[in-house]
Amino acid sequence: MTTLVGGVVALLLLWLALWTVVARDAFLAVAGFVVYGLLLSLVWVRLAGIDVALTEAAIGGGLTGALLLGAVGRLRGTEVAAAAERSGAGTRVVAMVLSVAVSVVLALCVLALPEPAPTLAPQVARMLPSTGVGNPITGVLLAFRALDTLLEAIVLVIALVGVWSLAPDRFWGGRPGLRYMTDPDGILAYLARLLPPIGIVVGMYLFWAGADHPGGKFQSATILAAMWMLVQMAGLADAPRIDNRWVRGGVVIGPLAFVAVGVLGAWTAGAFLGYPDGWAKPMIVAIEIALLPTLVLILALLLNGAPARGGDLTALRSSRR
Amino acid sequence: MNVETLFALCACALVGIGLYGLITQPHPLRKLVAFNIMGSGVFVLFGALAKRGAAAGMAADPVPQALLITAIVVAFAATAVTVALLLRLIESTDTASLADEPSAGD
Repeated sequence: MTTLVGGVVALLLLWLALWTVVARDAFLAVAGFVVYGLLLSLVWVRLAGIDVALTEAAIGGGLTGALLLGAVGRLRGTEVAAAAERSGAGTRVVAMVLSVAVSVVLALCVLALPEPAPTLAPQVARMLPSTGVGNPITGVLLAFRALDTLLEAIVLVIALVGVWSLAPDRFWGGRPGLRYMTDPDGILAYLARLLPPIGIVVGMYLFWAGADHPGGKFQSATILAAMWMLVQMAGLADAPRIDNRWVRGGVVIGPLAFVAVGVLGAWTAGAFLGYPDGWAKPMIVAIEIALLPTLVLILALLLNGAPARGGDLTALRSSRR
Repeated sequence: MNVETLFALCACALVGIGLYGLITQPHPLRKLVAFNIMGSGVFVLFGALAKRGAAAGMAADPVPQALLITAIVVAFAATAVTVALLLRLIESTDTASLADEPSAGD
């Protein structure tokens, strides 16, 4: 029975992927991709990765879908021109042969995997009590492989700087995207007043429960960012100016606190990001609390995109002088 | 066939499908969607390997699973940068073409 369900999910996933790749217009492809992301979270549940499933549904399906849908709307006019550049039959045959070859080689590798599979689970199970957290994923993210998580937080800051730098000079320091104008008595504005309190409670629960149960700062940050986006899209609040000190401070506080805890570890526990005995849990909680606002801000601002209005022209002139 | 082998093989096919779309679709946004499908294939393959590593009372090896969470977030960030780049390309050239030669209309 479980194999049957797994088989059906796998077939659906492949069909959706294929449909997304060959769909006639970009909107259909992106819509297919959003459904694909949701189906993918089912795969993660079947692969015993509840934390990964939550992340996939929130970020892989939700945020990436919203980002791509926003882009499709602004790319409408360019699709016809692109259709004229469609690859010829020869290219398509070569691409198909190459893709099938890559898939077959990967499949052969999968079938030749060693038994029993190598695993780090016993080491994690043995060392987890010393960190004070009950969720092994959180233990790996913030204790055993904390360096990866630190670098990830820095990558997110760099990605945001990258998106912001794509602003035309005249809009530097301004607000991203267009201001959303909607009916103040409409259903969107109603939902944007009704849902955020619930979303904030769910987000904070996921954040706090992440220490011992599936959940954590990434999933929580995504829900909080989504609530903020909802308020923006309903026109109840505007996107922040990117030269706002609070915004910039919030964006870097997470990585800075993380590095500070790391240096403290080097001083007290003899290794960068090491935790002294008995202090692991408080230090992990400190990092998570500092990372949460950073993640919420960065996820929402990445979705907002590059500044497109309200640039500070006087500042620009004085800097040019 | 157990569930991890099933999804591992499914993931191999996803990588192939994504690669095909990446090569054949002319529009950059379509390439981006196809690339994301290819990436998700790699993630599922990695997740299946994590499931194979189930031991010590855990349903799966938590180390690759934690790295997957990191990977999904970084993939989103990379997609956001690419979308911003693409929108800027269209804003400054009025076309989303990646072709070297200007098309006949120019």
